[in-house]
Amino acid sequence: MSTLVNKNSKVIVQGFTGSEGTFHAGQMIEYGTNVVGGVTPGKGGQTHLNRPVFNTVFEAVTKVQADTSVIFVPPAFAADAIMEAADAGIKVIVCITEGIPTQDMVKVKQYLSEKKGVTLIGPNCPGVITPGEAKVGIMPGFIHKKGTIGIVSRSGTLTYEAVDQITKAGLGQSTCIGIGGDPIIGTTTLDAIKLFMKDAETEGIIMIGEIGGSMEADAAYWIKEHGTKPVVGFIAGQTAPKGRRMGHAGAIIGGKADTAAAKMKIMEECGIHVVNSPADIGKTMVDAIKKAGK
Amino acid sequence: MNLHEYQGKTILKSYGVSVPLGIVIDKAENAVKAAEEIREKTGTDSWAVKAQIHAGGRGKGGGVKIARSLDDVKKYAGEILGMNLVTHQTGPQGKKVHKVLIEQSIFYPGESPIKEYYMSVLLNRVTGKNIIMYSTEGGMDIEAVAEKTPHLIFKEEIDPAVGIQAFQTRKIAFNLGLSGKAFKQMTSFVASLYKAYENSDASLFEINPVFKTSDDLILAADSKVNLDDNALFRHPEYAEMRDLTEEDPAEVEASKYNLNFIKLDGNVGCMVNGAGLAMATMDIIKLSGGEPANFLDVGGTANAETVEAGFRLILKDPGVKAILINIFGGIVRCDRVAQGVVDAYHAIGNISIPVIVRLQGTNADGGKKIIDESGLKVHSAITLREAANLVTTVIH
Repeated sequence: MSTLVNKNSKVIVQGFTGSEGTFHAGQMIEYGTNVVGGVTPGKGGQTHLNRPVFNTVFEAVTKVQADTSVIFVPPAFAADAIMEAADAGIKVIVCITEGIPTQDMVKVKQYLSEKKGVTLIGPNCPGVITPGEAKVGIMPGFIHKKGTIGIVSRSGTLTYEAVDQITKAGLGQSTCIGIGGDPIIGTTTLDAIKLFMKDAETEGIIMIGEIGGSMEADAAYWIKEHGTKPVVGFIAGQTAPKGRRMGHAGAIIGGKADTAAAKMKIMEECGIHVVNSPADIGKTMVDAIKKAGK
Repeated sequence: MNLHEYQGKTILKSYGVSVPLGIVIDKAENAVKAAEEIREKTGTDSWAVKAQIHAGGRGKGGGVKIARSLDDVKKYAGEILGMNLVTHQTGPQGKKVHKVLIEQSIFYPGESPIKEYYMSVLLNRVTGKNIIMYSTEGGMDIEAVAEKTPHLIFKEEIDPAVGIQAFQTRKIAFNLGLSGKAFKQMTSFVASLYKAYENSDASLFEINPVFKTSDDLILAADSKVNLDDNALFRHPEYAEMRDLTEEDPAEVEASKYNLNFIKLDGNVGCMVNGAGLAMATMDIIKLSGGEPANFLDVGGTANAETVEAGFRLILKDPGVKAILINIFGGIVRCDRVAQGVVDAYHAIGNISIPVIVRLQGTNADGGKKIIDESGLKVHSAITLREAANLVTTVIH
C-alpha cells in the first residue's frame, strides 16, 4: 500500500509538449511511472515521448483511462488546467506551476469543493512520489528509497534534504507529498497527515512546515487527539523577519501565531518530536521509531 | 507589491470608491498651487499634508499635518518632503520622504457627528475565501483593537462563486450603526471597495479610517494596498506603480537576476536553492552561533552567472564575515554548481572571507572534488551537520 499514487496510477502530463513538461515527463517515465499520455491543446493526435497527445483532459480520460494528472502549464493558464482536470474526472491532480495568482486559486478552491473525490496537490510544489512505484513531480528520484516513513512538506529542496537523511538512516519512504508553498493549496498538512495515519505501510511521519498560516498548528491539534504514529516536525524560518515574503508566496509572518516559534511550541505540546535544526530530522525519526517499538 | 496611499486611492477611485480630492507633489514649490486647485474644486480652506512612504504610523512620526492656511501648506510640505520619517514600521533608520499628498481636509463642520471606522479586504487562508474585516473602532492600530476588544471586530466572508451580495453590504452598514444617507453611502462604499480588491488582484486593501463626514459622506481617508505580484502580468498599469526608492537597493539589483534576496542584519551570508531550504539554512546559521545576513534563493538554475551575482550581492554588505552556500542538487547538478562557484570566485578575484560550500544530491561527490581541487580557500561539506559545524568554526 501507499497513498495518492502508486504503480497502477495512470498519469497524464498537462503541458506535455512544453520544455518543462517534456523534460519532467521524460524523467518520470525513466523512473518507471506509468505515464499514459499528455495534453497540449491543439496538438492532439501527435505522439510525444512515445505517448499519445490529447487536446483535452476529457479525451485522455476517455481514451487511456487517465486518473492522475501532473500540471506544467504556465501560471496564467494553470488554474484553468486544474479545473479542466477536475471536470474530466481526474482523481489526483498535482500542480507543479509556481506563480498562480491567488484570486485564481480562490476560484479553483471553490470549484473543487463541488467535485467529489478529487484531490489537488499544490500548486507550487515538487509533487508526490511513492518510491519504486510512481514519481509524479520534479523531485530527484534517486535519493528516495522504498520504506516506511511518510513525508509531508511545504518546500521542495528542504523535502529532498529530509528524504536524503531518511534514506541514509536506512528507513526509506512510503510516500512523500510536497503540498506547496502558496497561500491557497489543495491538500493541507493535516490532509496529508490523515492519509499517512491511515496508510498501513507508513510507520512514522515527518512534517516540514514553515512560517505563515496555521496549517501546522491545525495538524498538530489533530495529531494530539487522533495520532497513532510518531511524528517528527520541523518549521523553517525561525530567523525570518516579520512581514517579509520569504520566497514562497505563503511564507510570510502576519501575526504572532504564524511565527516558527509559535508553531513549534504548539507542535511540541501536541506530542510531536520537534527538531530545531533540519540536520537532525533523520536521526530524530530513527529514535522516535525505536521508541515507538516498531 | 506595496503601493503608496495616493496610488491605492487612484485604484479605489477608478472603482467608484469615494476618496478626498488630493494631488501628489514631489517638490515643495508645487504645494501651494496644488492646495489652491483643491480649494477651487471643493471650497475647502484646510488641507491634509501627508508623507507618502511604505509604512504605517506616519502621523505619530510627524509625517501627516493639517494645514489651515496656504502658508501652512507650504511650510508643512517643505518640512515633510525630504525628511527622514521614523515610525514603528520603518525601523530606527526611518525612510526618506520623496512624495507628499495634499488633500482636502474632511474634518469640516456640519450637522452630523464625524466618525471613523476600520475596514479591510483580505484572504482568509484557512477557508481560501476573501473576507471583509471591519470595526467601529477606526483610526487606531487594529492589532491593538483585536487584542483588547475582539468583540468589536466583525468579519464577512465572500462566496467566490457569486461574489459580494447586497445583504452583506447592508449587514456591514447596520453593524457599524449607520442609518439614512450614511447607510446608503456605506453599502455602496463596501461593494465598490470589494470590487476594487478583487479586480485589481490585491492581497490587501486596508482602509483605516473609513471616514464619515459631517454631511454623511463615506470616504476612504487612507489606503494601504498590497497587490499580488503573481497577477501583475494582467495589470501592467499597476506594475508601473512600483516605487524602487522604497526597496533595498540590493534587493532591486537581485531582482534583475531573478534572484530572491532579502537583506538582513547578520554576519553570515547564505546562498541556497529553494525557499524552504534557504530559510532552514538561515536557521542553521543561527543555531551554529552566527546571525544570517540575508535570505537568498537562487532558484532551480544555479549556474556560474547566478552564483556570481549572488556572491556580489552578499559581499556588498561589510558586516558579512563568512558565506555558506547550500545546494541540494535535484535537477541542478552539483558538479555544475561547484564549477559555477569556482568560476565566480575567480571572476570576483578578491574574496577575503571564508566560504563554505555544501553540495548534496545529484553528483555531490563530483562537486566536492571540484571544490577541493580548485586550490581556493573554500571549505566543502556534504552533510548539513558538517556545514553547520564549519560555520561555527569559521566565525570563532
